[in-house]
Amino acid sequence: MSSIKPKHQRIVLVSLALLAIIAAGLLAAWALRNQANYFYLPDQMMADPPAVGQAVRLGGMVAEESIETLDDGLTVAFVVTDKAEARVPVRYTGILPDLFVEGSGVVAEGSLGPDGVFVADHLLAKHDENYVPRELQDMAEHQGEPGLQDTAVGGE
Amino acid sequence: MSAELGLAALWMAAALAVLQLVGGAIAQRDPDAPLAALGRPAAMLQGFLALFSFGMLLWVFAITDLSVKLVAANSHSMKPMIFKLSGAWGNHEGSMLLWVTVMALAGALIACIEKRLPEKTMQATLAAQGFVALGFYAFLLLSSNPFERLPVPVPEGNGLNPLLQDIGLAFHPPTLYMGYVGLSVAFSFAVGALVTRQVTHEFARVMRPWVLGAWVFLTMGITAGSYWAYYELGWGGWWFWDPVENASLMPWLAATALLHSASVLAARDALRAWTIMLGVVAFSMSMLGTFLVRSGILTSVHAFAVDPERGSFILALLTIYIGGALLLFALRVSTVSEGQRFAATSREGALVFNNVMLSAILGIVLLGTLYPLLTEAFDVRVSVGPPYFNPVGAIFTIPTLLAMAVGPLLRWREDNIERLRAPVAIFIVLIVTTALFTVLAKSDIGILPLLGLAVAVGLGVASFMPLRGRDILRVPLATWGMVLAHFGVAVSLLGMASESAFTKEKLVAVAPGGTTELGGFRITLEGVEPVAGPNWTAMEARISAQRGAGRPHVLTPQSRSFWAPAQETTESALLTRWEGQLYAVVGNQADDGRWQLRLWWKPLVTLIWLGGLLICLGGVLAIIGRLVADLRRRHADRREAEEREEMAALRANASSPTANWEAV
Repeated sequence: MSSIKPKHQRIVLVSLALLAIIAAGLLAAWALRNQANYFYLPDQMMADPPAVGQAVRLGGMVAEESIETLDDGLTVAFVVTDKAEARVPVRYTGILPDLFVEGSGVVAEGSLGPDGVFVADHLLAKHDENYVPRELQDMAEHQGEPGLQDTAVGGE
Repeated sequence: MSAELGLAALWMAAALAVLQLVGGAIAQRDPDAPLAALGRPAAMLQGFLALFSFGMLLWVFAITDLSVKLVAANSHSMKPMIFKLSGAWGNHEGSMLLWVTVMALAGALIACIEKRLPEKTMQATLAAQGFVALGFYAFLLLSSNPFERLPVPVPEGNGLNPLLQDIGLAFHPPTLYMGYVGLSVAFSFAVGALVTRQVTHEFARVMRPWVLGAWVFLTMGITAGSYWAYYELGWGGWWFWDPVENASLMPWLAATALLHSASVLAARDALRAWTIMLGVVAFSMSMLGTFLVRSGILTSVHAFAVDPERGSFILALLTIYIGGALLLFALRVSTVSEGQRFAATSREGALVFNNVMLSAILGIVLLGTLYPLLTEAFDVRVSVGPPYFNPVGAIFTIPTLLAMAVGPLLRWREDNIERLRAPVAIFIVLIVTTALFTVLAKSDIGILPLLGLAVAVGLGVASFMPLRGRDILRVPLATWGMVLAHFGVAVSLLGMASESAFTKEKLVAVAPGGTTELGGFRITLEGVEPVAGPNWTAMEARISAQRGAGRPHVLTPQSRSFWAPAQETTESALLTRWEGQLYAVVGNQADDGRWQLRLWWKPLVTLIWLGGLLICLGGVLAIIGRLVADLRRRHADRREAEEREEMAALRANASSPTANWEAV
């Protein structure tokens, strides 16, 4: 190595570093395309459902009078709707998040089961009166929902 | 009145930052200009004024002055005093004021004590520091004034988000900010060195304590933040790859790389341009972190205080500083001469490898964090989580950990790998044996936890190998620091791997008096009762956990309802044993009277944060060691110079004896 001129060592080092970082970038880009978790609104999920078992997120409103606790005392079934036609049944086993109520926004992380019921592993509800999951905030703006508007971030 | 005083102090501090910038710039042309002498005093006074301004903000929060908009929006007269004070920085404006205060104090400190670098470089450094501070003053004064008054005072404040009313979180943002700001000082030193073409090992020695300090604070902030998310969110997880978390991880990765390359520059005068580049990148990541958190541009489960307009302001600042620094780097890099050479198998070689790998991990986290933003431009909404970060990150993390075990054993400049045959063999044998035993104990273990366990055990032993064959009492403090920090990484990794491999989880519905089993514990729900706190009421479950015939322990998880602001939170309860933690959360009551309980048994989980503390301790030892060594060296230099002067004086007297007579 000592025979290499200083200028050359710098070039070798820089190219090796660039190579490693480009490799990391390519790997990241490839993995992102495969592993990113897509977000669906209820109507999108009805029209073009994701593959069974693929991890996705479903966001919408909890339909009125749809929350039902099953006999095991742990599993909750409810319907996520966009307040129009689309209704997706969801099942969740676990402790419900704070402020999970009918008529409020929810984002469910999970996958679609073979029976067409969305099985959620995790629910994100309104965090507090100032926080709405960002996707739902957009939905409220697009559809001019007064119900969510007053919970939008900032509140000023 | 105090609010107005605070605002006035802030304007004056901003004016002094201008003076610091102008003075430093003039000093580059004419070091003897009158304005040039003002750089240091301006920096010191600016530090004092910023501190005064922050003190005023604390005061209006302490007395709950409801005519100040920020207090009305974020505080409440009923809150405990500690949370009134922490409320001062638990919001956007206050946290930005805290940021500039810490930054101004850091500037004052370097102006006050740093005398090692050439004065011209110091002036350029202070000018850069003033320039960065100026942007943040403009941001505060023009778009987020913390002292704004309401036209009519409100009768009562809004309160602080209950999730933030927690002692751990009270000190989380200040800790992270000290880390971010420490990196801003490193950035200013890098700019100063580039401007005056003084990229030397002396520059690295001056910069290193700041990088180390920033890194210790970032480590502490991340560790505390992770523990907070673990027990406060009640989800049983300790890291969610949330953008807000990534925002603190990215500067840490860059600071870790910078710390190691600065060591190479200080010890061996190599990697000059690379160290400067990392200085710029590390501060960019701090700014980007602030931008991501403060703008609310990314989906986040805990993005508090979000505002897109302010985000654009920070983005503009980010563009100016980082774009400017990169431009300066591009213009000047050719004048930074090549440092010392080294062979591939050497301490430097291992450190370069570590740097490249850390940069790759940084790139992966950065891409994963920004990807949802990118796809949203094409109207596709995605989120990126553990299925991406864990495996892709591991591809680069595991080689880094392996290099960490071997690197410190190598000699500087050139080494022969044959010499290390014994330690490397021990390391490999440990990894393979641990992996084999783990697979025997639990055959369905995932590949990542398995690798994590094996490497953690190997690295834990290897991290002490640099001490072998040395007199323990004479090992420098800085070396102890390195050993401890590397050992801390192994401890933390062991905790992470064990948590993800061996956690047992149970979700049950039990009636009061009912019993369930988990992780060798017999868990009984004794009852659920309402309780009240200063600003909340709660349903509190009394759970007893008993192992064999041992003493039963009581856990009391709660479901709390706050009334200002109205919000519910789940308060988890933890039972800490040396070999793990029992984690309990209480949910809703079903119609038949049973309560939902979610329980986890997490073996060795506390090692995650214990490792973080060890890493911090290592960093602190390294700082002390470096500072003490530096003071000693300077003392020796001074004495040598004095002796030389005396000798010269004697010699002068000897050569011209008459001179003395004339003087008399």
